[in-house]
Amino acid sequence: MKEIIVLAEHRRGELRDVTWEMLSKGRQLSESLGAEINVALLGKGVNHLAEALKPKTNRVLLVEDERLEAFNSVTYEKVLTQLITERKPFLTLIAHTAMGMDLAPGLATHLKMPLATDCIGIDLEGETVSLTRQLYGGKVNAAVSFLKTGPYIVTIRSGAFPVLEKGPLAGEIVPLPSPLTAEGLAKRFLQYVEAAAGEVDITQADILVSVGRGIKEAENIPIVKELADALGGALACSRPVVDKKWLPKGCQVGTSGKTVKPKVYIAIGISGAFQHVAGMKGAGTIIAINKDPKAPIFSVAQYGIVADLFKIVPVLKEKVKELRKS
Amino acid sequence: MNIIVCIKRVPETTDADVSIDKTGKDIDKSGLVFDLNEWDSYAIEEAILLKEKLGGTVTVISMGGEDSNESLRKCLAMGADDAIRLTDPAFAGSDGYATAKILAEAIRKIPYDLILTGTQAEDDGYGQVGITVAKMLGIPHASLVNHLEVQDKKLNVHRELEGGLEEVVEIDLPALLTIQTGINEPRYVSIMGIRKVAKKEIKTYGTSDLNLKTEEVGVSGSQIRLEKLFLPPVGEGAELLEGKPEEVALKVFDILKDKGGLT
Repeated sequence: MKEIIVLAEHRRGELRDVTWEMLSKGRQLSESLGAEINVALLGKGVNHLAEALKPKTNRVLLVEDERLEAFNSVTYEKVLTQLITERKPFLTLIAHTAMGMDLAPGLATHLKMPLATDCIGIDLEGETVSLTRQLYGGKVNAAVSFLKTGPYIVTIRSGAFPVLEKGPLAGEIVPLPSPLTAEGLAKRFLQYVEAAAGEVDITQADILVSVGRGIKEAENIPIVKELADALGGALACSRPVVDKKWLPKGCQVGTSGKTVKPKVYIAIGISGAFQHVAGMKGAGTIIAINKDPKAPIFSVAQYGIVADLFKIVPVLKEKVKELRKS
Repeated sequence: MNIIVCIKRVPETTDADVSIDKTGKDIDKSGLVFDLNEWDSYAIEEAILLKEKLGGTVTVISMGGEDSNESLRKCLAMGADDAIRLTDPAFAGSDGYATAKILAEAIRKIPYDLILTGTQAEDDGYGQVGITVAKMLGIPHASLVNHLEVQDKKLNVHRELEGGLEEVVEIDLPALLTIQTGINEPRYVSIMGIRKVAKKEIKTYGTSDLNLKTEEVGVSGSQIRLEKLFLPPVGEGAELLEGKPEEVALKVFDILKDKGGLT
C-alpha cells in the first residue's frame, strides 16, 4: 500500500502544532493518492503522544529509544533512513522548523531523495507533485516542480496549512525496532536554555506597541517607547530590532520570540514577515503604521495607516496624553 | 583555525517594490540594490571574530557571475584572507542541491577546520545549501546557530529553536554551522576599506576545475525547478485611516478606547 509519512514534531513531551497541520494536509493528499496516512513518532516515553496521534492516522510508526529523548539530527537521520528505505513512502512530510531545517537536507542527501523546502502549498495530480514556495521574504510566490521521480521529501512551513476537521481514523500503533547503537555521535545534545526574560512580560499586556526595522536607528526607539508609556502598554518589537541589539530578546514577537494576544497590537515600521505574523495574528485588534502600502502587515491588520512613522507616532503620543488627561 | 565561509550576493527587496519580469520566472531586478545576504554577513563576521581570537585563515567562497566580486571584496575588507568565485555558464539554473554540490567540490580543494554559511538566503530561502554541503563532505553540522565557543577539537553551539528556546549541542570538528542573524554585530566596511582590497586576486573555478560534469550542475543536476512566479494573494486588507496626523491620531484613540485596550 502506498503511504504518506508525516514526521511528528514534539519537544519536552508535547506535540507541536505543525504536526497536526502536516497530518491534515497529508490526509487530504493521501486520499487523492489512494494511500495511507501514517506518522513517524521518534522519542522516549512518548506513548501518550502516540495515543493522541491515533485518530489522525492509519498507523503510528513508533520508534522508542533513550537516545531519541531529545531531537538530534544524527539519530533522527539514522532512524528515518531505515524507516524510509524499508517502507518507501511516496511522500515524507517534515516541518520546516528548527528541527526540520536541521534534519531534512542531510536526510534527503543521504537517501538521494529529491527535497523541496519551506513549502506553503502541495498539490497532487496523479503522482505529479506541484509545490508552492515563497521567495524574497514572502514578496513573491513560486510554483515549483520536481525534476526527478519520487519518493520525495517536502518540508512544510508552520501555519501554512489549516487543521481541517475530519472523521477519526482507526490509527494503529506499530512499534518498530530502533537501529541506534551505543556508538559515539559527532553531535551531542546537551540541554535546553531559555532566552533571558525581559523586564516586562509582553505576553501579559493589553496594549502592545511593537516596532520594526522602519525605526532605522537605536536612537529612535524612545519615540515608540513614549507612545507605549502614554497608552499604559508595553513595548515589543520584530526580529531585526533584536538582531541589531536595539531591544532585548524578551521583547521579540514572532516564531523565534513570543506569541502574544493583546487586546490591541500596534505594529510600527514592521513589514509583516510571516515569522512575525505567526506571533501576533491572535491579537484582538491590529493597527499597522507603515510607509509602504504594499507591506504584508496591511493584510493582517484591521486598521492601517500608510504614513511615515516619524510624522505620525509623536502626534499620536501627544493626542493620547491630552485625551487621557481629560 | 582555518575557516571557509560560503556567501551569496542578493538583491535587497525588504523595502523595494518587487515585480515579476517578462519571463515570469524571475523578478525584475533593474533598479534593485544588491548586497551580501544578511545571514552571510553574520557568518563572515563570526569567522573573522574566531580568526582574531584563535589565528588561522578565512576563505570566502561564492557561486556567481562577476557581480559577486563586489560581495567577496566586502568580505575581504572585513578581514577575510582569500576569496574564490565559482562560475560557469553550466551552473545557471542550479537549485539548492546543485549549488551545494558545486560548493562542496570547491571546498574539497581547501584545508579547513570549520565551514560557516548563513542559515538561508534572502532571495530563494531554501535553508538547505549549508547542511547539504556538510552531508556531501561527510562532516557533522548544526543549523540556526546563535552562539558558539571553540573547545579544542569540538564546538559548544547554541541553536535557536522556537518560542525563545535554545538548544545547546556539542559538535566535533571539522564541522559546518549555519549561522542565524543576531549572533554578532557585523562590522562596518568603509569605501576606503573596499579600495584597499580592490586589487586582491579573486580565484575563479568552473566545472572542469571542480571535477564536475556539466550534467551534474545547473538544471540537469537539480532536483527542483521553478515553473513560474506569481504575487501572493492579498487578504481582505486593513481599513485605511486617512487624513492629517491629528485626525488619524484621533481615529486611533477612538479605536483603542473601543477595543478595550485603554483603561
